Amino acid sequence: MTIKTVKDAINDALVQSFEEDKNVILMGEDIAGGKGREQYQGTQDAWGGPFGVTQGLYTKFGGERVRDTTIAEAGFFGAAIGAAMTGLRPIVELMYVDFAGVCFDQMMNQAAKVRYMFGGKQKVPMVVRTVVGAGFRAGSEHSQTLYSLYTHIPGLKVVAPYDAYDAKGLLLSSIKDDDPVIFMEHKRLYMTSCEVPDDLKPIPLGKGRIRREGSDVTIIAIQRMNLFAEEAANELEKINISCEIVDPRTYSPLDEELIFQSVKKTGKVIVVDESNPKCSLASEISSLISEKCFLDLKAAVIKITAPHTPVPFSPPMEDFYIPSTKKIIDAVKKLKDV
Amino acid sequence: MIEKEKINWIYKKIFTIRFFEERIKKIAKEKTVPGYLHTCIGSEAICVGVMAALNQDDWISSTYRNHGHAIAKGCKLNEITSEIYGRKTGICKGRGGSMHISDFSKGMLGSFGIVAAGPAVVLGAALQEKINKSNKTCVSFFGDGAIHNGAFHEAAGLAKLWDIPMIFVCENNGYAEATATDWHLNTKELSDITKAYDMLSYIGDGNNVFEVYDITKKAINEAKQKNTPIFLEFKNYRFSGQYEGDTQLYQPQEEIDKAKQNDPIKLAKENSSKYGLNKNDLEKIINEAKEEVDKAFDFADTQPWPQPEDALEEVYVNYPVEINR
Ligand SMILES: Cc1ncc(C[n+]2csc(CCOP(=O)(O)OP(=O)(O)O)c2C)c(N)n1
Ligand SMILES: [Mg+2]
Repeated sequence: MTIKTVKDAINDALVQSFEEDKNVILMGEDIAGGKGREQYQGTQDAWGGPFGVTQGLYTKFGGERVRDTTIAEAGFFGAAIGAAMTGLRPIVELMYVDFAGVCFDQMMNQAAKVRYMFGGKQKVPMVVRTVVGAGFRAGSEHSQTLYSLYTHIPGLKVVAPYDAYDAKGLLLSSIKDDDPVIFMEHKRLYMTSCEVPDDLKPIPLGKGRIRREGSDVTIIAIQRMNLFAEEAANELEKINISCEIVDPRTYSPLDEELIFQSVKKTGKVIVVDESNPKCSLASEISSLISEKCFLDLKAAVIKITAPHTPVPFSPPMEDFYIPSTKKIIDAVKKLKDV
Repeated sequence: MIEKEKINWIYKKIFTIRFFEERIKKIAKEKTVPGYLHTCIGSEAICVGVMAALNQDDWISSTYRNHGHAIAKGCKLNEITSEIYGRKTGICKGRGGSMHISDFSKGMLGSFGIVAAGPAVVLGAALQEKINKSNKTCVSFFGDGAIHNGAFHEAAGLAKLWDIPMIFVCENNGYAEATATDWHLNTKELSDITKAYDMLSYIGDGNNVFEVYDITKKAINEAKQKNTPIFLEFKNYRFSGQYEGDTQLYQPQEEIDKAKQNDPIKLAKENSSKYGLNKNDLEKIINEAKEEVDKAFDFADTQPWPQPEDALEEVYVNYPVEINR
C-alpha cells in the first residue's frame, strides 16, 4: 500500500497503460512542454500539462507516442478518432473542459456516432482526459464542470473520479475500454491523496461506490462534492444523524441499482452536484429516483447545485457558487424532520 | 512627424504597463491575489503602438494576457486593479478577474480566455461598422499560438471574402505556453499563413513602439481604402512565463539575455531624445507612471468585496424568474 495523490495516481495509470499496450498514445498541448527547446537542459517534460500530471511520460516513452500538439483541438481530437478506429488507443488531453466548445463536434458527432451509425462494425477506443471544476479562482472560462454536456450524448462514456484510488482504477479501465470515454479530473482534487495499491486492478465503468454507510439520509455526491458530503456526514453524526454517501463515479453508464438500493434503505435523498442545475446530473439522478423509487421516498429529492450562472471569479461569489458543507447539513436536517 | 502630445502619451503608457506588470509579478509572488495572472512584459510596445493608431471608441478584442491592452485602450487603472483583486468596484464587478479585464465603453469587446475566440468577434464588429456605414477601426489581438486554431482561420477567410477592413494583430512572442514558435510554425514566417486567404500582411519589430505605431496606422488606412482585412505580425519576446508561477524551464537564459537587448522599454528610452524628450521630460513621465500604478494597487486593496449573492446578477438582460435565490 502506498499513499498517492490523484495527480500521481493518474500518472501511474498512464505509465502502466503505456507499458502494457504499445498502441496507447497521448496527445495534447504541452503535455510534455519545451518543444523546440529540447537542446537546452531541463526543458524535456518542462510542463507535463498545466498541472504536471503527464510529467515524465515524454522522457519515458518518447515523442512518437507522447505528442505535443498545437492549439488545434478539433484537429487532434479528430485524429484521435481515426487513430482509434484503425488500431491505436489514443488519449487526448483537453486542457480545461471549458475548451470543449472548440472540439465538441469531434466527440458529439464523430466519436460518439461512428459505432452506431456505421452499423456497429467499428469502434473508437479513445479517452479524453480533461480538467474540470471551480474553486481555483480561475474565472468563467476555466472553472466549469460540464458533466452533463457529455453524459447527454449516446455513445460517450463519462467518468469523474473523486479519490486517487478511483482515479487510477477507472483510468486503467477507461484506456482499455473500446468506447470513447471522457475522463474528468477535478483541479481541486489533484493534490488530495489516499491509499492506492500498487497492483490495483482496473475498476469497471458503471459501478458506483458507497463511501459511507448510513441509515437516515442518502447523499449522492458527484466528484469533489464527496468531500463536502463527508464533512457534512461527520458533523451530522455528532447529532446522531446517519448519512449514507453514494459516489456514482461514472455517469454514463450510471450505477442506478446502487443508487436505488440506498434510496430504498433511507427514503430520503440529496444529490450534490457542482454543475449548473438545468439538465444536470443532479436533475437526471433525481428524476430517475422519482421515477423508479417513488413509493420508497419519504420526501422529495433535494438537489444542491451551483446556481444557473457562469462561474464568477471573485472569491466570495465563487464560494457562494460552489455547493457547501453547510448547505448539505441544512438539507439533511430538513429531511430528518420529515 | 508625430505630435508631441502623442509622444508623451506613448511614453506614459509604455511605462505604465511595465510598472503595472512588475507589480503584478510581485503580488503573484506574495500570493496576495487569487487566480491566474498572465503578464505581458515584453509586449508593451505592441499594446501601445497599436493603440496609438486607434481612437478611444475603436473596437478591439484581447485575451487572458490583456493588462497591457486594457491600459493602452484607456481603461481606468483603479478599475483594473480592483478587478484583479476581485473587488466589487472592479471593471467587471469582480466577475471576470485578471483574465477578462474589459471595458466596453473604452471599445473593448472582450478579453477572452479561449485561444482564438477574439478574431471572429471582431469580424462581427467590423461587419456591423460596414453595414451601418460607420468607420470605427476593428482590431483583434491574439498570439502566435492562436494561428493554429480553426476559429482564427474561419474568421480570416470570411473577413477576406466579405471585404472587411479589420486588422488582425498577431503578437509573435516566441512561445505558446511552453511551446516555442519556431517549433510550432509550418511556414517560414508566421504571417505566411495569410497566403491561403490572399490577405495582405506586414511584419514589424514588436519591440519598437514607433515602428508598431507606424505600421498599424498605415495598415488601417490601407485596409479602409482597399476594403480588405490586413494581418500584422509583430515579433517580440515573452519575458514572463505563460502565467505567473510558470517555471520557464524551457526558456534558455541565453535567449532571455539576447531578448533583453531589444527590450521595448530599453528601446523606448534610447529613442526618447530622437522624439524630442529630454532627460527631465522622461524622468517626469516615468515617475508619474510609477506613482499612478502604485496608487491603483493601493486603491484596490481598500476596495470592498462583492456580496456572495452578487454572483446571481446580470446573467441575462431579461429573465422572468429569479435565479436560485
Ligand atoms: C482553445 C484553447 N485551447 C487551449 C488553451 C490553453 N492556452 C491558454 S494560453 C495558450 C497559449 C497561447 O499562446 P499564444 O497564442 O502564443 O499567446 P500568448 O500566451 O503567447 O500571448 C494555451 C494553449 C486555451 N485557452 N484555449
Ligand atoms: Mg505567444
